Amino acid sequence: MSATVIEASGLLKKYGDHLAVAGVDLAVPRGEVFSLLGPNGAGKSTTVEILEGFRRRDGGTVRVLGADPQSAGRAWRARIGIVWQRETLLPKVPVREIVRHFAGNYPSPRGVDETLELVGLTGKARALADSLSGGQRRRLDVALGIIGGPELLFLDEPTTGFDPRARRDFWQLIRDLAGQGTTILLTTHYLEEAEALADRVCVLAGGRVRALGAPDTLGGRATAQATVSWSERGVRREIRTDEPTRAVAELAAGFPGEVPELRVHRPTLEEVYLGLIDEDEGAGSGGERAEALA
Amino acid sequence: MSGTRIDDVRLPGTLRVGLSRGWLEIRSFVREWESVVFTFALPALILVMFASIFDGMFDMGMPAVDHYLPGLFAMGLMSVSFQTLGAGIATERDQGGLRRLRGTPMPPTAYFLGKTLLVFFLAVGQAVLLLGVAALAFGGQMPRTGADWLTLVWVLVLGTTACSLLGIAVSSLARTAQAASTIVVVPFLALQFTSGVFVPVTVLPDGVLAVASLFPLLWMAQGMRAAFYPDGMAALEASGSWDLHLVALALGAWCVVGLVLVLLTFRWKTRKDG
Repeated sequence: MSATVIEASGLLKKYGDHLAVAGVDLAVPRGEVFSLLGPNGAGKSTTVEILEGFRRRDGGTVRVLGADPQSAGRAWRARIGIVWQRETLLPKVPVREIVRHFAGNYPSPRGVDETLELVGLTGKARALADSLSGGQRRRLDVALGIIGGPELLFLDEPTTGFDPRARRDFWQLIRDLAGQGTTILLTTHYLEEAEALADRVCVLAGGRVRALGAPDTLGGRATAQATVSWSERGVRREIRTDEPTRAVAELAAGFPGEVPELRVHRPTLEEVYLGLIDEDEGAGSGGERAEALA
Repeated sequence: MSGTRIDDVRLPGTLRVGLSRGWLEIRSFVREWESVVFTFALPALILVMFASIFDGMFDMGMPAVDHYLPGLFAMGLMSVSFQTLGAGIATERDQGGLRRLRGTPMPPTAYFLGKTLLVFFLAVGQAVLLLGVAALAFGGQMPRTGADWLTLVWVLVLGTTACSLLGIAVSSLARTAQAASTIVVVPFLALQFTSGVFVPVTVLPDGVLAVASLFPLLWMAQGMRAAFYPDGMAALEASGSWDLHLVALALGAWCVVGLVLVLLTFRWKTRKDG
């Protein structure tokens, strides 16, 4: 069994003249939570759909769980799980019956009740899908994505429209799944979500990989200069430094007591991300930043 | 999971998954009261109204219930097959239900097996409901001989099959779920008025009759009249005969054409899904 679950190199996809995916290379080892970030139109969805076997590529090679997704069969499908971005139509039967029916498609599914417990829908087992709240609906989508006991789970913007509390609960669910060894490919617009969950983050823009790494080191974030700012006679002042500790000590020595409104700031993932996207806009193929963060 | 899975795992059989889908489809259908009323109970409601209102109003040579039963039965069969599948599958496709299924190891054949079970469950239900209402509420005439019952059965099976395949094919024409109900309902309504369901075929203009003869509903209604009407009534058909061989030929041809159309056009995704 290979240690690398997803391997793609030189991935290409054209829509007419437009190169939606322009040579993407990815390698995701087993057990990793890997997050794809990027503005709308960056090629995220196309890339994920190629990996899921829902779209044909125009160039490059892809191996997912050792097979080429565009020709892989039922046995391969039994090893992956997909949580779609869009809410989808479900039969009008109780939640537990839907999950049980989907379980019947797989050779060795998880237990139905165990899965409902895991996604927190035990109390809704007898309810119809139509009667669920948005967050509960999403949990049902996840239940259907994991019922087959997938080795690889695709999560496409799983928490869009969640309130903060529901999002935290959902993150815990994803961590639990990752803890059980499921490899997860997470597509998201929420940078704090990628930061909270992902082992590694890949920023796509204009169909290319702009940055790849752990969320806390992405784009040179860990080594970037810190900004120390404070207030002096009502005027905001700031310095950029490689040694924020020394800067703060010097400041402290210069003031009689507290340094007014002292702040030490390192670039957030969001700032690093926006910087990467801006570079891309400079290259002439971005322009959807506001939309991506909306 | 454990990471020790091998590729030759035993996948669930197509028949088992298909039966499970059929059961799910049936339970899901009966919970949609709109579809139960409009596609399942409507012919019976019309029969009740026609049998009560029109009886003795025109010279039909028989009670109104007997006059209208075969045509409404044919309409009911087309409703539960063509309309149920045409609008239903378009909605499933538009709202991502089909794509979700395609993302699982479900064998594609199992999906169609499930639809087949749903449609034949509804077709048999349609027969029980319409014949039951006609016989119990109005003392309607049932098929007279074993041969007539056999005619009823083969017209039901062939007609329902042809209309199901047409419905699946039509579902692919619609870009959205809303468009689908129009694409399905309008031609179906036009056919009802030109295929001998409400208006006898003999009073239709030749051109209209010729166009309607290209579609299955006219032949289903004719086959059902052959099963329910006394033999003497054949004189009132367009050709003066039941022409059951033509009924079989037309419906059989539509099964073949419908199957080809389905194989050529069926998609699991919408156009915008790529």
